Amino acid sequence: MATYDGLIEALGLGDWCGGGKTDGPMTMAELMARANNGGGAAAAEGASGPSTPLMQTPFPSLDALNKSCAAIPRSRDMTEAVEQGFLNIKDPLKVVLDPVTQPLSWMLDWALVGFQAVPWFIMIPALIAITWFATKKLGVTALVAFSFIFMAFIDYYDDAIKTLSIIFVCTVIAVLLGVPIGIAMSRSNVLQRMIIPILDMLQTLPTFVYLVPLIFLFSVTESKLYGIAIILYAIVPVIRLTDLGIRLVDKDVIEAADAFGMSSRQKLWGVQVPLALPNIMAGINQTIMMSLAMVVIASLVSAPGLGVKVLAGIRNLELGVGLVAGFCIVLLAVLLDRSTKAALGRIDTSAR
Amino acid sequence: MSNEVKVSIRNLYKIFGPNPKAMMQHVRDGMGKPELLEQYNHVLGLQDINVDIRQGEITVIMGLSGSGKSTLIRHLNRLIDPTAGEVIVNGEDVLAYGQAKLAKLRQNTMSMVFQKFALFPHQTVLSNAGMSRRVRGESGDIADTEGQKWLDRVGLSGYGGHYPGQLSGGMQQRVGIARALASDSEIMLMDEAFSALDPLIRTDMQDLLLELQRELHKTIVFITHDLDEALKLADHLVILKDGAVVQQGEPQEILLHPNDDYIIDFISDINRARVLRVRSIMEKTDHAGEGVVGEVSPNQNLESVIAISGGDTNLHYRVMEDGKQIGLLHMRDLVKALVPVEAADPARRAASAA
Repeated sequence: MATYDGLIEALGLGDWCGGGKTDGPMTMAELMARANNGGGAAAAEGASGPSTPLMQTPFPSLDALNKSCAAIPRSRDMTEAVEQGFLNIKDPLKVVLDPVTQPLSWMLDWALVGFQAVPWFIMIPALIAITWFATKKLGVTALVAFSFIFMAFIDYYDDAIKTLSIIFVCTVIAVLLGVPIGIAMSRSNVLQRMIIPILDMLQTLPTFVYLVPLIFLFSVTESKLYGIAIILYAIVPVIRLTDLGIRLVDKDVIEAADAFGMSSRQKLWGVQVPLALPNIMAGINQTIMMSLAMVVIASLVSAPGLGVKVLAGIRNLELGVGLVAGFCIVLLAVLLDRSTKAALGRIDTSAR
Repeated sequence: MSNEVKVSIRNLYKIFGPNPKAMMQHVRDGMGKPELLEQYNHVLGLQDINVDIRQGEITVIMGLSGSGKSTLIRHLNRLIDPTAGEVIVNGEDVLAYGQAKLAKLRQNTMSMVFQKFALFPHQTVLSNAGMSRRVRGESGDIADTEGQKWLDRVGLSGYGGHYPGQLSGGMQQRVGIARALASDSEIMLMDEAFSALDPLIRTDMQDLLLELQRELHKTIVFITHDLDEALKLADHLVILKDGAVVQQGEPQEILLHPNDDYIIDFISDINRARVLRVRSIMEKTDHAGEGVVGEVSPNQNLESVIAISGGDTNLHYRVMEDGKQIGLLHMRDLVKALVPVEAADPARRAASAA
């Protein structure tokens, strides 16, 4: 006799419930109880004996109600249904998502091959030159030069370049998708109200949770699996800051553009986007930093690079490998941050 | 008043709030601004505005903040749409315009100068000045030539390559004026264009505007909250209060014959000797007159006549225009005209003394 028998009777649901017989799989609680007691079903029966003390009245949850009424599903049935539901939509979803996302796999793979194919004595000077032309700052350029030479010297250059190539591809895609989404959001309050909860969700979701549905959908050996996880995680700031930047453009300037009869396209590309550029660049900076954060976690699902070394360090208790790889990640983060910020500063002053 | 009407505002209403159209009936039934706000939570921005803006004149719309003057000027190029009424520009109802025609109107017929300058901070002064041309799709060369021409005209010859942020407020507003002039529009809307400038620069800019106007004969609508500025610039003065026109007409006429307590209060503090002109207070006659001691021009202000007379109130002057006498100026009338209406009215004088 379970706690809510009386309630079920009172509501006249006895027939619908089918008399309280259970023949589904055991609940988690029962499984654990059995494992602990080793006594089997008898012990479980005894636990839910005729008189439950008032203070131990269970919440009328799925499991508790199920004891009185078999027709009510148990918690485990529910999670199984969710899983089953996901598996059911998986195939049709895959038909659509697979071809759409396939280019991402190719891009990631090509970038990996391409970045590694360039020999170090071309790559390192090229990176230094790019930094110099983007920032025109001696300090930042020296930092980049030092970091890469250091990583090459300690034999972590290959992993760093792999990580860099993944960040490069994912950031480019995140910006190509994020800026237009941000612009669209800034022009429609309805769209903004719809997208902001999604962005909030992407931002607050624990990073590992991204991987769960993706593993269902794609095989772990495909690069797009981690590509999608990184892009989803990193795209949020560029969308937010593009939207914000355009909305923050001085109302008076927009009014002047209107008063002189600018079309909305002239206004967007001639006024709003240029004036929002400092904010958009700040968003891109954040996007780069977040892809770097995610690329390490993505090593769990086969993303190559420094993250693999960190994981190896944890798995094999090779403390030194983990620490050095971690230090290289920090180095990459610092140099990416400094160089994008310096580039951003140049845009800011020329816009005044 | 021979100039033709360029812009005509007819029975214009603007109500702010969630459902302005429904509120129109209440307003037509005579509900005032405070009642509408209290009972229906709608703000009556403008009520029953009728103004004719004539070609080649400076029409000044004056009112304190909240009087609806900035709202009114934005109806002319439809930056704000009215709740009811008509705005007729060159004989066409602007409110019937679609997006394309409206853009054409803003590009070609009306240009605007803003209180906060509203220049594009990411573009040079030169490309700001030529902006209106570029918006119309004209080539960069034309835009730069026109921009440079007007920058030179407003006294900013060497500044084309600077950014607006590097210029002082007065210079920025010169760029704003150059930008408006470069579009070669017939109508210029100036929304408190000089209010953000300090007094000396403001006087400079007013002189610049008058000088340009003598040359260009634009149709200018000028918004201000400053009565001195209004009197200096206006050919036609419209005084707004709480979204309604209190009085409109020639500024001298309003000064001498204010029809409302609000305006009487308003004009009580100004320097009448500097604003009033001989033309407004002279006796119109071709009779030679007695005791005439000299000749004055009808457009002289009273201050200068007082200076000539040395303060003697018994003198008479002949008012001459184009070599002909058009009237007589009696110093006695002049002194009377200097007394503000409030002080001249015994009833009001008693009230303010008590």
